[in-house]
Amino acid sequence: MTQRLVVIGNGMAGARTVEEILARNGDFTVTMFGDEPYGNYNRIMLSNLLAGVETEDGIFLNDLGWYQENGITLNAGVKIEKIDKVAKIVHGSDGSRTPYDKLIIATGSYSWTPPMKNVHNPKRGYHQGVFAFRTLDDTRSMIRYARDHERAVVIGGGLLGLEAARGLQNHLSHVTLLHAMGHLMERQLDPKAGQMLQASVEGKLGIEVITNAMTSEILGKDRVTGVKLADGRVIDCDVVVIAAGIRPNTQVAADSDLPVERGIVVDDQMRVEGERDIYSVGECAQHRGSLYGLVAPLWDQAKVLADHITGHTDVAYTGSKLHTKLKVAGIDVASMGLIAPEHDTDEVIVYNEPKKGVYKQLIIRDDVLVGAVLVGDNSKAASLIQAFDRGMALPEERAELLFDIGGPAGEVSPAEMPDDAQVCNCNGVSKGAICGVVNQGCKTVSGVMDATRAGKGCGTCKPLVQRIVEWAAGGEVEEDPAASWYVPGVPMPKQELMAAVRKYELKSVSSVFAKLGGEEDAKSKMGLASLLKMMWGADYVDERDARFINDRVHANIQRDGTFSVVPQMKGGVTTPAQLRKIAEVAEKYDVPMVKLTGGQRIDLLGVPKEQLPAMWADLDMPSGYAYAKSFRTVKTCVGSDFCRFGVGDSTALGIALEERYQGLEGPGKMKLAVTGCPRNCAEAYVKDLGVVAIDGGKWEIYVGGAAGAHIRKGDLLTTVGSAEEVIRLTGRFLQYYRENANWLERTYAFVPRIGIDTIREIVVDDSEGIAEALDAAVEEAVQAYKDPWKERAEPVTPGQFRTSLPLTVLPQVPVRS
Amino acid sequence: MILQTSQKLGPLTDIPPGEGRSYAVDGQMIAVFHLRDGSLRAVDAVCPHQGGPLADGQIDNKVVVCPLHLFAWDLATGCSQSGQPPINVYPVRVDGDQIVLGE
Ligand SMILES: Cc1cc2nc3c(=O)[nH]c(=O)nc-3n(C[C@H](O)[C@H](O)[C@H](O)COP(=O)(O)OP(=O)(O)OC[C@H]3O[C@@H](n4cnc5c(N)ncnc54)[C@H](O)[C@@H]3O)c2cc1C
Ligand code: SF4
Ligand code: SF4
Ligand code: FES
Repeated sequence: MTQRLVVIGNGMAGARTVEEILARNGDFTVTMFGDEPYGNYNRIMLSNLLAGVETEDGIFLNDLGWYQENGITLNAGVKIEKIDKVAKIVHGSDGSRTPYDKLIIATGSYSWTPPMKNVHNPKRGYHQGVFAFRTLDDTRSMIRYARDHERAVVIGGGLLGLEAARGLQNHLSHVTLLHAMGHLMERQLDPKAGQMLQASVEGKLGIEVITNAMTSEILGKDRVTGVKLADGRVIDCDVVVIAAGIRPNTQVAADSDLPVERGIVVDDQMRVEGERDIYSVGECAQHRGSLYGLVAPLWDQAKVLADHITGHTDVAYTGSKLHTKLKVAGIDVASMGLIAPEHDTDEVIVYNEPKKGVYKQLIIRDDVLVGAVLVGDNSKAASLIQAFDRGMALPEERAELLFDIGGPAGEVSPAEMPDDAQVCNCNGVSKGAICGVVNQGCKTVSGVMDATRAGKGCGTCKPLVQRIVEWAAGGEVEEDPAASWYVPGVPMPKQELMAAVRKYELKSVSSVFAKLGGEEDAKSKMGLASLLKMMWGADYVDERDARFINDRVHANIQRDGTFSVVPQMKGGVTTPAQLRKIAEVAEKYDVPMVKLTGGQRIDLLGVPKEQLPAMWADLDMPSGYAYAKSFRTVKTCVGSDFCRFGVGDSTALGIALEERYQGLEGPGKMKLAVTGCPRNCAEAYVKDLGVVAIDGGKWEIYVGGAAGAHIRKGDLLTTVGSAEEVIRLTGRFLQYYRENANWLERTYAFVPRIGIDTIREIVVDDSEGIAEALDAAVEEAVQAYKDPWKERAEPVTPGQFRTSLPLTVLPQVPVRS
Repeated sequence: MILQTSQKLGPLTDIPPGEGRSYAVDGQMIAVFHLRDGSLRAVDAVCPHQGGPLADGQIDNKVVVCPLHLFAWDLATGCSQSGQPPINVYPVRVDGDQIVLGE
């Protein structure tokens, strides 16, 4: 049955919680009360509004339309004065009485005013010219007033005070910041860091800072003329902004007999203690003794509350780790966790460069980051926050935590970030989530921000969001455009697509488009060709236009439009005769470069397309498959044949593997290696499939390794007792990968996605009973193998090897001697 | 390049459906594509990005995708779909069994 949900407080926590509930399809009619006369806006952005870098329109999170669309009744400008727990009714300042089944209190905080003489005018609230910094109305009136005045004093040198001071500079010429404590941001920064910050604020921004400044009195009769400090000093000014701290809004709860200590006391489900149907979330809630004054914890709380209220009872909020960043352009400050060591054994690492205003301090306990302070250089903030939040293992070389050593300086490159790396710390948006949206076709930064909310919190991550969107949308072949689709042009995930292909017996790429995709799509052809070939084997109807140029001419296109020729060299073994022939051909065709590849073969580079067939004929060797999305090569070490350490004949096994699986196509290339002992000279641990001989005649099989743009050590699939067993399981694993991986998904992504345990169960233990089918399928593919270089004698299509280059070849690849 | 007169490039069977071939015309290379819907398109053979051979690219009934960096151009208008400079498009048709470039 639909329940009545009433929410008191229409701020960041209240509205977010409702969003989370809607996202879980909670069955409620929602009524919200907010004593501010607006829809829901981003309070954080008031700093930017004051600083003139954001407009009022830009800070609204949900406008009135959102409430309408979602059937939410918003009572803006109505304050709830009392909750009748027994009758389950809330009483509004407008005389309204609203019944509820479930109630959420999200009343936030108010700006606290330290005791000072003359701060209030008996008739008007604050003295004229004195402002708090909390609401949109505060900010508006502050801007209006400051415009025709000259000197401002900000009371409070925390995050808010600093942001207020910086923002006010936009409207008047002289700003002084008064801070009662010994250094700025004393809750987030140690004294040293606080002093560095002060130096930057004074030097770079021209804001005068006075610490140890207790304001005792506001001067001026009708309007402000200055402030007086406890030590007697007087500072002239005509605007005063108070940003000295916040206190939770608990009045309505206290007046209604709910448990209130410093805040409204809630349990791990965000339920008000002792109440069944009343929850509290946000700054007004006190959880396990803590109050939170930042948005990130509120988001966590909102999720738990939403889960719980929609019937997921096994969720718990256990508290949040806090980290903060200052939003003042040009002044980088980030802080998390401890600001001073607590135990004798805590490691403290400090870097200090006063001239540049750079200061960094880390506190590490038992190899876990428990605190960090950064001033003047936030480039490592994102990775530190991640390490701090998750208690991740830290690098042996601690300096790597503070600086980018050996890597590109400054910015984190999107390519290197793991998918689950959190980009927007305010809204908990990961790189993966951003890329997901980009892949679904949303290619604008603003669109992605709308869809994910990334960058819509404090906004400091906007540049990174932008870089990730650009990277993800960069037209790179390695990106799959629609996250779950196998190819962008046919809106189906792989298994669904395979089922449809089978059902309608679609044996050619054009028939797939005709039946399933509607329109032909160039960017989908290659993936479909690979899939159909895998599925139909010899019955596949090969349409050459569905192939990438590499697969049409069986050579790898290079940057100047020429191709490279790589003859097969199984297991990296060759003979003098073969070498001689390669040398002769290279000379005869005047090959610009002869190069050894990373896969232990010889590469003849810079060959014009039209010469390919003749060269293959002269070489008279099989193709080495250096071009396709297919089984490439098996790298081997010399193993027990010659090596004094070798315990297994890696060379023989490598050759056997390559012989059997040569040319096998797949969703991505497959690079293998066999190594004769764990010394790993053939780098088997970082191959799509790597085999390592261990003592006792056994072989270990690793899968999912990589050492290209991505580096990963493979996972141990299993250990077997014979070479035959290796060959069999290799085929079975490769076939499983062929059938289940996404297009262009290499094993290093595939294996962790499925999970090595699951793969082991299926491939080794045959838990799904498909082993036999996998073996049979790969056997069929092996039998269908034809050396593509045999096409040299009779081109498959007219002009298959005709040049496409401009008449005057651009001399791009230099000839080396 | 302005095409002075129309000229025959060769039989249509020279270009398999769905593929492209390049032809030397007045000292310049032009890529001609035989779409799977049966029609023809002709564009510059050289990719304006980094000189990629467009005739080696994959096509559908709308675009050609350069084989080097996979940027795409509209075959009818020559406009880039990926923020690159446009390419020239040329009139092309079939006459009997012959490909004819020009009006
Ligand atoms: C200028 C500024 C900058 C900030 N910058 C950051 C930052 O960079 N990062 C960060 O994490 N946090 C920042 N914060 C803090 C952040 O805004 C708060 O943590 C967050 O807004 C708290 O959300 P809330 O919903 O609990 O409270 P609020 O957003 O304050 O919402 C509570 C709402 O309830 C209303 N209300 C109260 N009592 C009643 C009642 N009885 N009846 C009806 N309505 C009622 C209030 O008027 C208010 O609209 C900043 C705050 C300010 C003011
Ligand atoms: S891996 Fe072992 S067997 Fe192979 S070459 Fe290296 S040391 Fe020798
Ligand atoms: S590392 Fe880069 S440049 Fe070198 S071969 Fe690989 S892709 Fe090409
Ligand atoms: S050369 Fe054509 S896309 Fe780069």
